[in-house]
Amino acid sequence: MGVAVAIDRVEKRFAALQALAGVSLQIDEGEFFGLLGPNGAGKTTLISCLAGLSRADAGTLTVLGHDVVRDYRAARRLLGVVPQELVFDPFFSVRETLRIQSGYFGIRNNDDWIDEILANLDLGAKADTNMRRLSGGMKRRVLVAQALVHKPPVIVLDEPTAGVDVELRQGLWQFVRRLNRDGHTVILTTHYLEEAESLCGRIAMLKQGRVVALDSTSNLLARFAGQTVTLRLAPPAVLPQHLATTATVADGGWTFQLGGAREIEPLLAELRQAGCVIEDLRLTQTDLEDVFLRVMHNAAGGRSSDR
Amino acid sequence: MTGFRTLLYKEVLRFWKVSFQTIGAPVLTALLYLMIFSHVLEAHVQVHGVPYTAFLIPGLVMMSALQNAFANSSSSLIQSKVTGSVVFVLLPPISYGEFFLAYVVAAMLRGLMVGSGVLLVTIWFAVPAVEAPLWILAFILLGGAIMGALGMVAGIWADKFDQLAGFQNFLIMPLTMLSGVFYSIHSLPGFWQQVSHFNPVFYMIDGFRYGFFGVSDVAPEISLAVVGTSFALVSAATLLLLRSGYKLRS
Repeated sequence: MGVAVAIDRVEKRFAALQALAGVSLQIDEGEFFGLLGPNGAGKTTLISCLAGLSRADAGTLTVLGHDVVRDYRAARRLLGVVPQELVFDPFFSVRETLRIQSGYFGIRNNDDWIDEILANLDLGAKADTNMRRLSGGMKRRVLVAQALVHKPPVIVLDEPTAGVDVELRQGLWQFVRRLNRDGHTVILTTHYLEEAESLCGRIAMLKQGRVVALDSTSNLLARFAGQTVTLRLAPPAVLPQHLATTATVADGGWTFQLGGAREIEPLLAELRQAGCVIEDLRLTQTDLEDVFLRVMHNAAGGRSSDR
Repeated sequence: MTGFRTLLYKEVLRFWKVSFQTIGAPVLTALLYLMIFSHVLEAHVQVHGVPYTAFLIPGLVMMSALQNAFANSSSSLIQSKVTGSVVFVLLPPISYGEFFLAYVVAAMLRGLMVGSGVLLVTIWFAVPAVEAPLWILAFILLGGAIMGALGMVAGIWADKFDQLAGFQNFLIMPLTMLSGVFYSIHSLPGFWQQVSHFNPVFYMIDGFRYGFFGVSDVAPEISLAVVGTSFALVSAATLLLLRSGYKLRS
């Protein structure tokens, strides 16, 4: 399996802001890769550098071996980008938009593939509608369609489901999953962590222009594996001092991070000994959101809670 | 070449779909100029021995063509920049040379269409002679190309519509209005005659008019040299700007 995207020590500065501070990543062909991070982490800047919308100050980026600056024609032909902003050209209908976009990539007579994309994105009925008359969700689908007109082996989706209803989100993921199964490499940035968890095989987390975590989704979850116990004590009881230091307070309850199920019983025993009466108890599995929050917290220079 | 052809097609389709504003409106404006000025001046003025209305027609044709060539590339670029749809032409493998050519040729076509429209509606008032059609063609094509390229520079530079309007109102309008469209510069006081010689648009209009009447303020070869040099300079500047990615690729 070859390398779909190689990003090597990429730096980018906008005036005083260091948007990317030496990012290195390698994404293999056929991967479904997630790029996560808070707003301003550099996700979109990284994608812009990859797509040639921005120029990196230092470092190199390649798409299937083609440098995005020196060999930009080949690189761009292999890349399909769904931009984050909901943009459209108000002069044209959906079909005109897609035909024109095909032409930009040097493809003529692309109607068979255009029809297939339209059908898959449930846009068939809107093919001859002017872009201006489409709802936000529909415009978003056209953006996805535009990124796919040239059947790019590498597809980049920059927060494609922001502000999109549940039905479209499901449909979109079904289609993108199929493209991935058919061999397309997919790179996704999203704020919906449950989406990344269910879709992505591997994830990079970005913070302040740096990669702060890079691993398979299952490894990331395993690294912070375990349960979270949240409990509320009956009023007069106070949590013993040594337990209070290991817990965090949230919503009037105490939350404990546990390494596994076997740590539950000793905790409960200690509480019993201290005379605490438990009013409410909730047990949750670690999900990507916990991992994300903890990675971000650790990267901020907080004490490592890695086990 | 498909990328270039598609971009050209898209640029032409863009103004063609709103041709009422992009072609109809400037033709009407030129017609109004002609009706007013010829009504007032026809009985009193002859230029180079040509009746005033006939003299005015080529000037109006060229002025409208130039202004609209500028308007085409500049408004297309600023619109796509402001709406963000410029990414659709930045993501594909289109070289900056193709990019330049597509916008400039589309601007020339809009200029030609507007110019032809103006000629078609004004020709009813006076029929100008056609002494040297090749000069006519050379000047309207080169003039349109210069203005198309200049429109690209303005469209790339401007971040907002009012900045572009400033460029248009304070540079393009004075240059075209004070280029000898409405008069021969020989009728100006000495100082203003000198100033006119520094206006490249004067040479575009003067050379273009030579093609109709066979007479002009300066020799058409000189005009062609000035216009050709202007084209080379403006094109080089535009290509450099595009290659650097200025305001298009951050």
